[in-house]
Amino acid sequence: MQQASTSTSPEPLLDVDNVVVEYPVGNKIVHAVSGVSLQIARGETLGLVGESGCGKSTLGRAVLQLRRPVSGRVLFDGQDLTAMQGDALRSMRQRVQLIFQDPIASLNPRRKIGDIVAEPLVISGVKDPVRRKQLVDEVLSAVGLDPALVVGRLPHEFSGGQCQRICIARALVLNPEFIVCDEPVSALDVSIRAQILNLLEEMKARYGLTLLFIAHDLAVVKAVSDRVAVMYLGRLCEVGPSEQLFAKPAHPYTALLIEAIPVPDPDVRPMETVPVGEPPSPIAPPSGCRFRTRCPRADARCSEEVPELRAVAPGQFVACHHPLIAG
Amino acid sequence: MATLELSLDEDVAAAPARRVRRLGPLFWLATGWMIFVFAVAIFAELLPLPSPTDMDMLERRAPFSLAHWLGTDGLGRDELARVIYGARISLVVGLCAPIIGLIFGGALGMLAGYFRGRFESLVVGSMDVLLAFPPLILALAVTAYLGQSILNLTFILGVLSIPAFMRVARAATLTLARREFVIAAQALGATHSRILLRELLPNVMLPLLAFFLLGVAVIIVVEGALSFLGLGVPPPISSWGSMIGEGRESLEVAPRLAFIPAIAMFLTVLSFNLVGDTLRALTDPRQGAL
Amino acid sequence: MTDNTLLSVDDVVVDLPTPRGNLRAVDHVDLRVGAGRTLGVVGESGCGKTMLSRAILQLLPKKAKLSGRVMFDGQDLLQLSPEKLRKLRGRSLAVVFQDPMTSLNPVLTIGTQLIETLQEHLELDDATAKKRSAELLAAVGIPAPEQRLQQYPHQLSGGMRQRVAIAIALSCEPKLLIADEPTTALDVTIQAQILDLLAREQRRRHMAMILITHDLGVVAGRTDEVAVMYAGRVVERAPTPALFKKMRMPYTEALLAALPKIDAAPHTPLPAISGRPPDPTRPLKGCSFSPRCRYADGRCHNEKPALAEAESREHQYACFHPIETGVGASV
Repeated sequence: MQQASTSTSPEPLLDVDNVVVEYPVGNKIVHAVSGVSLQIARGETLGLVGESGCGKSTLGRAVLQLRRPVSGRVLFDGQDLTAMQGDALRSMRQRVQLIFQDPIASLNPRRKIGDIVAEPLVISGVKDPVRRKQLVDEVLSAVGLDPALVVGRLPHEFSGGQCQRICIARALVLNPEFIVCDEPVSALDVSIRAQILNLLEEMKARYGLTLLFIAHDLAVVKAVSDRVAVMYLGRLCEVGPSEQLFAKPAHPYTALLIEAIPVPDPDVRPMETVPVGEPPSPIAPPSGCRFRTRCPRADARCSEEVPELRAVAPGQFVACHHPLIAG
Repeated sequence: MATLELSLDEDVAAAPARRVRRLGPLFWLATGWMIFVFAVAIFAELLPLPSPTDMDMLERRAPFSLAHWLGTDGLGRDELARVIYGARISLVVGLCAPIIGLIFGGALGMLAGYFRGRFESLVVGSMDVLLAFPPLILALAVTAYLGQSILNLTFILGVLSIPAFMRVARAATLTLARREFVIAAQALGATHSRILLRELLPNVMLPLLAFFLLGVAVIIVVEGALSFLGLGVPPPISSWGSMIGEGRESLEVAPRLAFIPAIAMFLTVLSFNLVGDTLRALTDPRQGAL
Repeated sequence: MTDNTLLSVDDVVVDLPTPRGNLRAVDHVDLRVGAGRTLGVVGESGCGKTMLSRAILQLLPKKAKLSGRVMFDGQDLLQLSPEKLRKLRGRSLAVVFQDPMTSLNPVLTIGTQLIETLQEHLELDDATAKKRSAELLAAVGIPAPEQRLQQYPHQLSGGMRQRVAIAIALSCEPKLLIADEPTTALDVTIQAQILDLLAREQRRRHMAMILITHDLGVVAGRTDEVAVMYAGRVVERAPTPALFKKMRMPYTEALLAALPKIDAAPHTPLPAISGRPPDPTRPLKGCSFSPRCRYADGRCHNEKPALAEAESREHQYACFHPIETGVGASV
């Protein structure tokens, strides 16, 4: 699959090369990710958006080798994570972190917050307890929590928003370079979401982070991302700069997603959507272009030939035989 | 520009949000009985009791008296002393056998639930094989081969309890190993042993301990049954089961000889069950957050 | 109060005893829904919207204490016997819940669940009920309805299950449908389809609907009126266009501003609301939103504002310092 690369930086921090992730369920195979390639430059936020079952969370875990790809490579700062094992992989993990969707389930219910946030330091070998406490206090303050009130308590004493701050603190304590955010605000209340999104932006600036931001909410993704990749049933549909992609989507699926978003403006009457049915199952994905069963523009070619990503505008790549923008 | 929550609400800061569950009188009665039985069994030698093995042929099946508070049995031995020394046997076997199950079964279960795959199939399969053995026959065979003793009895009952503990540990581990906090630990680069000991064990420990207390209750009854059949502890050591067995012969004349150890066993088993159930309900951390 | 008011909720209070003290889930709420109209109830988790819907349906947990009046179609639901209530529910008063996996019985086929409802309330015979069920499934957009009748809920996708739940709810031609977060668990493309379906069916049957959600976008285009709830109270109620264009309550304004907008540029800082909703077991003396409100002053912290009227009787709000703003004005 053609690389959807940025034109600015010479050496991307993360290079995902034709990653395939499959796993068995019963005696069938789920084709969660079927050949995805993308690159993220240092300091960039790439948003990865798609509906449930598209494989975006699986891809996020595959990047961190928490689920090993069946084929393909994941290059982080030039080193192939898929070829690493054991201690080498473990030491790489200190540079790459993960934030989850359910903040309360991400914390061990039986451990105190102070221990939880200090855990990465212990694992990476910071032996001095005083130094550890100092780092923990520092990072907890950075995320807006008072360390004195927080370190001795258990996770169930905190709200969802506060738990997510603690998870962010835990992810930041080792000063990583790259963080995969897997639906970090989906489980939070609307008024808390904005707080956490602002916090992520602030932390990104402060710690010089590169982010892979996975979500199903397009508005949320657009708010924090420089570039956005749209995924459907294990494949990339479209990749491009955020503003451009949402202003002029090239892929019919992207257009469908944008149209379906409920807009909080009473004058924007939601158009009666063309009934386009349900997404197929990743166990038996359609041949050729996987979106063709719901696409108003599909024809015979779409069922025979898998569309490859190609440029249709500066920096915008689409995998479609009949894109909305002619390339 | 982030708006920060720099302080928690006063109510969280003032007191932790743990709720105080009212422990009913039944719980305290059960605990009281357990403590009493333990104390009496441990300090049996210090109590002013006649020896449980002293036979007084003139006082066989004597009724309650000041000399013998609970009377004497068919061989003139003091009933109270026998009940108290019998408690020792029941408690020793009752506690040690499940400990074997807890340690080995718990470890196997956690490893099986965490690593899955062929190892899990192997563990589950071999536990199924062990469960398929009729336990009483197995106990018989082992004691016939190795001889009747408290040690052998504890050993065989312990081994027989391993599959049950394995299942509890495996079930708990299976649900926990998929939770995000375990994946978070993996994402941090924690080794398997660290995850097992630091993340999983504290969470699996509680259902295991609750099950342990129930296991104690069961083993006491099983030991009692084996001793009743004459397959448990060898005479002259008295165990509640063997006492019930001996009391069978005097059921028409002196039914108390069978009932007294039976009541002691009943109360002890009931107490372990009650305390186990209550502790299990108490120590679920999720219940503390409303 | 207009003549065709189908549902009126008067001064309803729901208290729940908890180990940490009394939890006031619904705090003196008044609502009206006219026949054929759609009311949107918007609020975040813990604001009491779900408890309110349960109170209307009389499906509160046993320990809950309910007071007030709920008049539906001329009858006070709080005074009805359980038998009469049972006849009402499913027939004139229907519900669609958030999670169709738990609101459908996993061990019964779709057909059984539909036919059961039809026979219970309309006393149809088997053949007629089966035919009606297939028609209903077709009406909610499920392909191959006859085959679906034999299937079990787990064989259907989330969107399909929710359609089935809607079919069951609509089967006895209810006068009022309460949809409690019907699309929150669904993907955005399926969400649009389900909301369209609800709107279409509502128009066709001239049915009243209460749409409960946390998503202001969902209520914007699909409701006649919106009630915004916070900490158990209705803090603003208005016809939908008025709510978005002339909102008065700072909470409404802040909620709208905190939403990431699809047409905003990336990395625009979001005006977040600081703090968290109050602990319902520890109610505040003054306005519940005052700790987080940028316009709050002493009076707000000490006195609870009552619902006052804006320019028309239909627009009410509870605030001492109402604002005047419109959609699109960045705060």
